Amino acid sequence: MTNPVTSIQRTVADYKTKDAKDKRRFWVDGLLNNALYILMAIFIVYTAIVNENFLKLGSIANIISQVAAYLPLALGIGGCIVLTGTDLSAGRVVGLSAAVSAALLQNADSARRLLSGFPALPAWQGILLAIAAVILVGGIIGFVNGFFVAKFKLHPFIVTLATQLINYGLILMFFTLNGNNGQPLSGLSSGYTNFVTGKMISINKTTSLPWYVLYAVIFTVIMWFIWNKTTFGKNMFAVGSNAEAANVSGVNVFKTTVMVHTLAGIMYGLAGFLEGPRVGSVTQGTGLNYECDAIAACVIGGVSFVGGTGKISGIVLGVFILRIIFVALTMLGISPDLQYLIKGGIILVACALDMRKYLVKK
Amino acid sequence: MEQHVLLQMTDITKTFPGVKALDKVSLTVHRGTVHALMGENGAGKSTLMKCLFGIYSKDSGTILLEGKEVNFKNSRDALDNGVAMVHQELNQALKRSVMDNIWLGRYPTVGGIVNERKMYKDTMAVFQELGINVDPHRIMSTMPVSQRQMVEIAKAVSYNSKVIVFDEPTSSLNEEEVEHLFRIIHMLRDRGVGIIYISHKMAEIKRISDEITIMRDGQWIATRPAAELEVNDIIRLMVGRELTNQFPPKTNKPGDVYLKVEHLTGMYNQLKDVSFEARRGEILGLAGLDSSGRTETLESIFGVQTRKEGLITLSGKRCLNRNARESIRNGFALLTEERRATGIFSILNIRENTVISSLKKHRKAGIYLSEGSMRADTQWSIDAMRTKTPTQDTKIRSLSGGNQQKVILGRWLLTDPEVLLLDEPTRGIDVGAKYEIYQLILDLANQGKTVLMVSSEMPELLGVCDRILVMSGGRLAGEVDARTTTQEEIMHLAAKYV
Repeated sequence: MTNPVTSIQRTVADYKTKDAKDKRRFWVDGLLNNALYILMAIFIVYTAIVNENFLKLGSIANIISQVAAYLPLALGIGGCIVLTGTDLSAGRVVGLSAAVSAALLQNADSARRLLSGFPALPAWQGILLAIAAVILVGGIIGFVNGFFVAKFKLHPFIVTLATQLINYGLILMFFTLNGNNGQPLSGLSSGYTNFVTGKMISINKTTSLPWYVLYAVIFTVIMWFIWNKTTFGKNMFAVGSNAEAANVSGVNVFKTTVMVHTLAGIMYGLAGFLEGPRVGSVTQGTGLNYECDAIAACVIGGVSFVGGTGKISGIVLGVFILRIIFVALTMLGISPDLQYLIKGGIILVACALDMRKYLVKK
Repeated sequence: MEQHVLLQMTDITKTFPGVKALDKVSLTVHRGTVHALMGENGAGKSTLMKCLFGIYSKDSGTILLEGKEVNFKNSRDALDNGVAMVHQELNQALKRSVMDNIWLGRYPTVGGIVNERKMYKDTMAVFQELGINVDPHRIMSTMPVSQRQMVEIAKAVSYNSKVIVFDEPTSSLNEEEVEHLFRIIHMLRDRGVGIIYISHKMAEIKRISDEITIMRDGQWIATRPAAELEVNDIIRLMVGRELTNQFPPKTNKPGDVYLKVEHLTGMYNQLKDVSFEARRGEILGLAGLDSSGRTETLESIFGVQTRKEGLITLSGKRCLNRNARESIRNGFALLTEERRATGIFSILNIRENTVISSLKKHRKAGIYLSEGSMRADTQWSIDAMRTKTPTQDTKIRSLSGGNQQKVILGRWLLTDPEVLLLDEPTRGIDVGAKYEIYQLILDLANQGKTVLMVSSEMPELLGVCDRILVMSGGRLAGEVDARTTTQEEIMHLAAKYV
């Protein structure tokens, strides 16, 4: 790591040698490259002034919990974007795995138990089984995505569009098992609910952080390790940066692509595991369009569609920015219709600012 | 010759950063003649044509077309003014029909609706004139290259072109098709069209051209009537350049035979039955024209192009080399020709670019990569190659071409290779850095490594290599001793199978 003090000194020395025009460009560039953070700061201050509750503990805890819920998905999709791809199936994989784990962990005496013949397992066994199941479900779908992308050189947009539909079909079929007729899965076992949404830390009488915040932190650490400290991580960035050069350099491009998608699928599966207890019940619509927020968060956090670039810290930041905006918009009393408009605008601006960094200036 | 001057290019100069690509080059084409433009790869023929067509803007010089100064903005502008080019690589809308391609950008319309009938009629008229037998409704991609080329010529004629440039038009034609092409060229010539004909094929040039202009190193060398020049004269004028002290002293001593390649034949490329051997500590050059199979040879050995046949052995031990990973394990390394496209990871930093092929070495406890040992290896590479970079964390794209090349060489040395396959190792690199790369190559040979080196610059091959294999049309045309051979001999061999 370069020493920040020396790097600032170098920048200052550099700056002194510039002429007037270059100096102006230095400021404009600096402003535009950090525009997102500057705008965020202004936005937060403004919201805090208009609605004093925004920066109170309860609100902050709420934002953190929301970030934790959406983070695993973004961590998975981030890898696909590093490969210049994307993943449209993410939300539906969350839905399917949420349904599977909810079905496995419904109360034994629940009135409408989807897997009625299935024995009610003791809490821990049940939870471990459900985790294994969601990893398997997510992993398989991710593997299929990766296989078609890598083997047939299909664009991930097409592949995951197809698997998104297939997933939805599976979800609909799953909900009709045992004559369930599409009813939501509710009555989740208390062991499961406590494991996910139980109080981890009480901040004060009314505010607490749930356990899934911890799980999100663990996922983040694991993903950070994979991205930065393993051969697979390095290979992923190499393939995203220049697949042809990676191949000549001895990187197994096929394996890397398949693994990135499989890992992403596993993250969606785990997100699905947390989804049921968090929301209370699982429907066919669970997870719908989650990938949109996840992709937006990655892009805002600097995981560029140019490929080969992005950081875990950026993804975390991106999810935070997006959640803060959503919460703030609600607190400012802005109507939901207008909120969509603003969200879309933010994504456009964020992408334009991001792309600006990679354009070769002529 | 009291013929009409049709096109006159005078003192055309074009510089790129660090290189003078054209230095006061002049070219005069007369009405109703075929004017051959000759020179080695990189002599400046294409650059001159790109200046004519406005693809590059010339720094200085004038272009007169029928006595009036012209400065075309782009090829379309040139086409509208009667200057057309039949490209070596045809740029056509392959999914569209023949007539769509010919009238592209100027469809005859009636009230905004394309008049297909008129298009068909006009196309047939041009085809009949040229003796071309192609259905105007046919889709381009279903036709062989030779017919697609005919369409391109018909397009040029349909613009009533006064000057038509043919860039290596016969490279993908068989004899019969060449005859047809020549008939068309003769017909165009007799109609008063001025033709600029670019080709490497001596026999063809002698046969078809009236005048020959020879270029070398971006300079005009000579313009003579074709009848006055023998093939040997042409070659001498094309290569006649002095070898100065631009190479380090040759110190390597080739040892025992190490690498053997037998009957290398490509599955999807033109490579045919290439066999040779190379010694430890030897630098073996591969010479030849563009697309003669040099790159294909290296890439087939390395397993990134598919072999149909071919046996590769190191000291008698067979190497399958089915893909790059296997080749690297067997001790091969490949520096690719296109540094930007297949060499560098432009948005990654020096360290990531350096260690990507040798990540296994840095693995600790089976999973995580040691930052310390990656830093150490990168530093070794920077020091050994004398790479100029501010830090290891600098993105590789901000380095100069020469320094990028050193990073990639360093990447390969870290895989402990025994055989280095270097494809145009000094392309796009300034003179000073070239010398350093030569020195590195010689050092490697001194350490007993086997080096195969492809280059389009013949002096470089003569100055650095021990032996030179000359390729031609996907085959091995011959082998020469770098100390005793001449550029003329290599040129003769390079034209053997074209």
